[in-house]
Amino acid sequence: MSLKRIDLLICCGSGCISAGSLKIKERFHEVLQEKNLANEINIIETGCMGPCDYGPVMVVYPEGTFYKAVSPEDVEEIVNEHFIKGRPVARLMLQDDEDRTFSTKKEVPFYQKQVKVALANCGYIDPESMDEYIATGGYEALGTVLTTMNQQETIDLVKRSGLRGRGGGGFPTHIKWQMVHDNASDEKYVICNGDEGDPGAFMDRSLLEGDPHRILEGMMIAAYAIGANAGFLYIRAEYPLAIKRIKLAITQAKEAGLMGDNIFGTKFCFDAEVRTGAGAFVCGEETALIHSIEGSRGNPTPKPPYPSSQGLWGKPTIVNNVETFGNVPTIYLKGAEWFASMGTETSKGTKVFALTGDIKNTGLVEVPMGITLRELIFDVGGGMTGGHKFKAVQLGGPSGGCLTAEHLDVPVDYESLKERGAMMGSGGVIVMNDKNCMVNIAKYFMDFCVDESCGKCSPCRIGLKQMLDILERITSGHGKDGDIEELQRLGEAVSKLSLCGLGQSAPNPVLSTIRYFREEYEAHIRDKSCATKVCLDLMHFDIDKEHCIGCSLCARKCPVTCITGNREEKYTIHQLDCVKCGNCQDVCPVKAVSRIPGMHMEVAAKREADNKLTNHYDD
Amino acid sequence: MAPETSLNNQLYARLKEVIAEKKALRNPLIEILRTAQEIFGYLPIEVQEFIANEMDIPASKIYGVVTFYNFFSMKPRGKYTLNVCTGTACFVKGAPRLIQMISEHLGIGMGETTPDRLFTMSAVRCVGACSLAPVFVIGEDTFGRIENKDKIAEILARYK
Repeated sequence: MSLKRIDLLICCGSGCISAGSLKIKERFHEVLQEKNLANEINIIETGCMGPCDYGPVMVVYPEGTFYKAVSPEDVEEIVNEHFIKGRPVARLMLQDDEDRTFSTKKEVPFYQKQVKVALANCGYIDPESMDEYIATGGYEALGTVLTTMNQQETIDLVKRSGLRGRGGGGFPTHIKWQMVHDNASDEKYVICNGDEGDPGAFMDRSLLEGDPHRILEGMMIAAYAIGANAGFLYIRAEYPLAIKRIKLAITQAKEAGLMGDNIFGTKFCFDAEVRTGAGAFVCGEETALIHSIEGSRGNPTPKPPYPSSQGLWGKPTIVNNVETFGNVPTIYLKGAEWFASMGTETSKGTKVFALTGDIKNTGLVEVPMGITLRELIFDVGGGMTGGHKFKAVQLGGPSGGCLTAEHLDVPVDYESLKERGAMMGSGGVIVMNDKNCMVNIAKYFMDFCVDESCGKCSPCRIGLKQMLDILERITSGHGKDGDIEELQRLGEAVSKLSLCGLGQSAPNPVLSTIRYFREEYEAHIRDKSCATKVCLDLMHFDIDKEHCIGCSLCARKCPVTCITGNREEKYTIHQLDCVKCGNCQDVCPVKAVSRIPGMHMEVAAKREADNKLTNHYDD
Repeated sequence: MAPETSLNNQLYARLKEVIAEKKALRNPLIEILRTAQEIFGYLPIEVQEFIANEMDIPASKIYGVVTFYNFFSMKPRGKYTLNVCTGTACFVKGAPRLIQMISEHLGIGMGETTPDRLFTMSAVRCVGACSLAPVFVIGEDTFGRIENKDKIAEILARYK
């Protein structure tokens, strides 16, 4: 690698790639070639830099200029102005609503409250270059551990750091390691759980894509601590780039002698293999994951026996999340005390979150534990889009819960979130504005869990389906008194009786929305009205005759011809036939068609009449 | 039918090689099924039985695995599988509408294949591109922030 005067870091995380960053990279190569600058400027393809919403993003070092939303047409200007004349292109820099310009990455508000530990190299190095990882201190921790520490000292250091599992449960990492260490066996295994199934989460993906060697190093330290010589990385098939990068990293590490036999001249030998998932959410559960690696259906099995005593092929096994391993090398480099100085009493260090939903700065962030939801959503996340009001935040995916505006000052740590019915989960944070119907959101998660339930134990298989049926009844206007209580009763039973984490936590979204948005459920059931106009059976379309100009566009676009009228008398929707497709609203040139909360009287009356008829037959 | 048979024979020969190569791995069934699906496009019973014979394991076990995982299909699929993300972020940002638009554009429902066998539409749970929601994926390409039918038409026209 020759020394060049400018380092151009182009984010090639999944978000920026789909926004076109690869084309921009090509264009840079072309332009630099044309201008004979190719040997002065280093173009580096990095992993995710975080602010996916600004994509494609890039940073120019040494000064650290941050450019956002760059297009191939901008490339020539950047080269001419910035690289040749030394004048950074202001129009491609980030500007806020008050017209302030943020010229360097350090100044960008999105990064202000972030502390990068697991993500330290993500977006900073070329993930396909092992040299760059080593240049940032990579594999130094492994070397130190292997040559100066024994197994117990290695585990004790993790214990002092207070590291807890980042996959969701928050189980102290050192306890898992200690248990496997203490179980004598001829073979032991380390598994890296990269089956990131929570919808709305992409932390593990970005880490595997952006800094694969870090994960391998973390795994090898764990393997040394527990006495394992083999490891598996179980990665979702939906993440082809992550699979490719981690496989490349394994090859590179083996070639350099950092993986294989007698690593760093010690007796420690280690080999890693990648196994890909095949699309089953339940495989994120450790026993299910182990069965999947063994080539079987990914059904969970009762614990005990825990994987720490009987895991992969019946041997003691640790299963840790990608992010957990991502923290490990830095803990050994900077010390347990340094790590433990961040965070709260029980939750140490930092946590990576995937911020998504109706906020301005969607993307990947890493913040110290104990930060409040308000800071996370409004400072890091930049607040709500389109001037809408914050309504709820969903944490922890299908296992987690929804919190409301009154919880914005709750610190983000394992215990505080759990107390309030949500959970840390793997780190998906979905922020919702006031246009979202919470009953519908609960139904969405329930539908997900019903679909993903493996069917082995009946509380989860049957209980969740019953809960989904009730939610469907409620959102379609057939809800009745007692439905809320029945949902709570079922939810608690499923939680208590299910075999694995999927079923035990699946009722959380429903229970937490009932807890905090009960009035919405009641309005759906009692008033047959969805205030957000999301549930189609509990809203209707109406044409405002004052505004209607009688152009007949809506009537012509209606697929069921339920709109009639003429220029003089204006147009009317026949509610009984309306299928709520929304075409009329889309085509109306004067916006005279609007969505009204609540079931239309005519529809309600007809339903009542139909009900009487069926009840009569029942008698 | 002769050419097709010889084609089939070729495919089976390739599968046989893959099995021989991967047999050394410990419990490679899922990896083998994945490659088999790449070779044949789907996993009909005959292919499952072939693998069962080659690997000397019961066909019922293979059937169990194939039906458990979403990734495996026992029905022929189109040349391209169009996976619409139905993760939470996409759901919140309008995945149901995106599905409806694609469905209207291609004239097929979820899980169906176009008559010309070009596209199969299916749903996936979160592809981890939440910041681009709502998204769909074809092969390794992710398409995000799809707001209207024109954009869908423009993207799909690139696949022939």
